[in-house]
Amino acid sequence: MNGGSCNGCDIELIASLTPRYDAEQLGVRLEGSPRHADILCVTGPITHNAVNAIKTVYGQVCGPKAVVAIGSCPATTNVFIDSRTLDGPLNLHLPVDVFVPGCPPRPDAIIQGVAKAAEILAERAAKNVPVDPVLMPLVGPPCNGACACSAATNKKTTEVQS
Amino acid sequence: MNLITALARFLIFPGLLFAIPAAWFFLWVERKSVALMQGRIGPPFMQPLFDFIKLLGKSTPPRSGIGGLLMKLWPLIAVAAAASAVGLLPVLPSSGGFEGDLILLLALLELPSMCIIAAGFSSRSIFGEIGSAREAALSVSYNVVFLLAIVSIAASQHTFRLEALAQLPASPMHWLGLIAILVCLPAKLHINPFSLPNAEQEIYSGPMTEYAGPELAMWELAHGLEWVAATGLVATLAAPHLTVWWVAAVVFIAISFAVVLLLSVVAAATARLAIDTSVRFYWQCTLIFAVLAISSAIFMRYRS
Repeated sequence: MNGGSCNGCDIELIASLTPRYDAEQLGVRLEGSPRHADILCVTGPITHNAVNAIKTVYGQVCGPKAVVAIGSCPATTNVFIDSRTLDGPLNLHLPVDVFVPGCPPRPDAIIQGVAKAAEILAERAAKNVPVDPVLMPLVGPPCNGACACSAATNKKTTEVQS
Repeated sequence: MNLITALARFLIFPGLLFAIPAAWFFLWVERKSVALMQGRIGPPFMQPLFDFIKLLGKSTPPRSGIGGLLMKLWPLIAVAAAASAVGLLPVLPSSGGFEGDLILLLALLELPSMCIIAAGFSSRSIFGEIGSAREAALSVSYNVVFLLAIVSIAASQHTFRLEALAQLPASPMHWLGLIAILVCLPAKLHINPFSLPNAEQEIYSGPMTEYAGPELAMWELAHGLEWVAATGLVATLAAPHLTVWWVAAVVFIAISFAVVLLLSVVAAATARLAIDTSVRFYWQCTLIFAVLAISSAIFMRYRS
């Protein structure tokens, strides 16, 4: 998902799927539809125009889900800091699980970040943490709010929904 | 075919107990061989199984009303139809069957594709609707050739019974029909060069765009079972008649595997064709062979 990126990170993201790096050896596949995705990769410093689109796409990914911020831009807005067209960094809008720094990061760093996000995703699935409060009536009751992680995730997601 | 044989064929071999692992294995073979052709390492062996389990654990978007119910129903119908199609294949010698089971098999093979078309339209997503329209256009094109090829094989052998077809000695008509079926399989299985209905990165995933979680897992399973059924049909028609049951089973699996490899290599070596080129390919280039096959089959039938 491009949030106003210069396209540098997007090219590195594609490079991580090429024969030289081959993310599929870990079972990672690029999915076009957010409904099929587990991990949302966001690039760019998050412009005003991109905020609503990113929130919509994040809402379309079905839980459990994870967000990876690719590059320095979504982490800190990088060289575009204090620009009047920006609404970043990304963690103002979405609960980011993994930051992959770099301008742009190397493809192997991106693959490592995605693998780390997959581990977080596995933990989250094992704990049955509801990520999307809208879907809670459908997927059954959450882990009764006893564990701190579920409360934290719910709080973050409420921010996203508002 | 009595009830116990029918149940055994549906549940054990070549039905669910064999077909579901085989479906995952064929999906893995497809991904792995495409990766190897592209100089990559490819997914781990258990990846389709892991994907299936992961998808079962995911949530689905809220769906309400008749549309939502239908969207949940289509993948289940597709899985049921594909699994029954596999169960009908006469793999083991003297496994029963009935007059006209070829027609039932063809109908069951067609049902998943119908479900995909209906699913795309009931998802009310623009990408789903485009994908469904493409699938419908493609299905009208390849099915003419596919059905003519199978009818020509059946007409040349004077029977619509699968087991009798599998046991009869092969004729030149048989091989011509088999080649026509092989040409139709990439379109039936939505792989390159006929992967337009679910053209990834172009219309996202076509009819599947709105599906998530367990429903998507069912679609994946239906797709895998379609692989088993379609390659199994070729295998039963191509395999020589064998009386020892385990040799028959091994030959069936080997031929299915060879067909999967062949289709994967074709998929890796080709790019996606546009819808007009695909439709023209079937109506202009391959239909003529199918018509030749069926007319000579009918001619031979009147001569004999």
